[in-house]
This record gives sequence, C-alpha cells and structure tokens, in this order.
Amino acid sequence: MIAHALTFGFLCLGLAMACNVFRLVRGPTTVDRILAFDTLTVNAITLIILFGIRETSDLYFEAALLLAMVGFVSTVAYCKFLLRSDIVE
Amino acid sequence: MKTFAEIVVSVLIVVGASAALVGSWALARFPSLMTRLHGPSKATTLGVGGCLLASAIYFPVFGGRYSAHELLITLFLFLTAPVSAHMIAKTHLHCQGRRLDPNPADGVQEVIPPTGREADWATFQAPEKKAQFGPPSSR
Repeated sequence: MIAHALTFGFLCLGLAMACNVFRLVRGPTTVDRILAFDTLTVNAITLIILFGIRETSDLYFEAALLLAMVGFVSTVAYCKFLLRSDIVE
Repeated sequence: MKTFAEIVVSVLIVVGASAALVGSWALARFPSLMTRLHGPSKATTLGVGGCLLASAIYFPVFGGRYSAHELLITLFLFLTAPVSAHMIAKTHLHCQGRRLDPNPADGVQEVIPPTGREADWATFQAPEKKAQFGPPSSR
C-alpha cells in the first residue's frame, strides 16, 4: 500500500514542480521568481524525503536538511539584495 | 500494528503530496503576487509537514531505528517559512513603490495610505544608497 501512495506522491510532486517552473520562467517580476524558486526548493525537500521512504535509507535526510538551509538562506539573501542593494551590511 | 502503521503512513503521504500540489497550483494560477504568496507559505508547508510525519512514523516501524532528523527538518521549515514569506512580501512592497496590486474583483489599483505621522512606512525608510560595484572601502 505504501508503494502505491509513494507513486501517487511522486506524481503529485512532479506536477507541483512543473507548476513552480512555469512560474519561475513566466513570473512577471523578480520577486515572483524568488517565490517560485523558494517553493521549488521546498518541493524538492519533500521529494527527497519520499525517496528516502522508498529506499528505507537515512542518508537522504542529510540532503534534505542541507537543501532546507541553503534554500532559506538564498531566499533571504535575494530579498535582502533587492531591498538594500547589499547583503551583509 | 504494522498494517495500522502502513495505513497511517499511506494516508499521510497522499494528504501531504496533495497539499503540496494544491499550493504549487495556487502559485501558478493566482493573479497577483500577494495572493500567490498564500499558496506556498501555507499549503506547501503543510505538505512538507505531512510527508515528514509519514517518514517519522515509517522509520521506527519498518526501518528499525529512530532518528531525530525528521523533527529537525520539520522545526527548521516551520520556523523559516513565515520568515521567507515576510521577506518576499516586504521586497514586493519595496519594489512596487507606493502602488498596490489591483483588486482581482474590480481591477482597481490602490495606493498605500499615508501613515499619518512624521515617520514614513518602514519599507521606504531605507537610506537611498546607490548600488556601487567596487572595493568596500570606496563606499
């Protein structure tokens, strides 16, 4: 049963990431693109965790944790750069 | 016990992945950035939470050992999602100047109201500094 649920989950997340890429390419403003990229990172974390469940391996959590941190820092850095034209003041 | 855990994990995976899809669909579908911000900041975070909870139940039952990694990722994501949403909204206001998004119902574009005090909106209080590309000492 878990295998079927995982297949459904992979399908949903693939569609979700396609929506994000659509917004990333089309987004009228830069802020739209930042938001789309942030969501893409969060969806990638979910995908990695589902993959970890499928393989029953602990290794994938490290990747997910790293991606969560890097995604948050990059979003804040982009916003900071647009706000103040500087990142570390 | 294992069958029960299997049912719970499957339901959590399906609900979480559906929530993530709904949030991303909202991101692609909604008309303006302030409305678009709702999908990723709430529904997608719920989706990640559901999948992490499924993983936290799956590993002790089927993998044999328990690790606190899921808890760590959940805590981190639930702490950072509102912060990044706030930063994006603030940047949007700043980049748009004093205009607001047109109302989706009637298409009327409004303007940020004055604060009524001496101080302006905090977004516009940032010092006007030109972007200079050079060594830091020349700034």
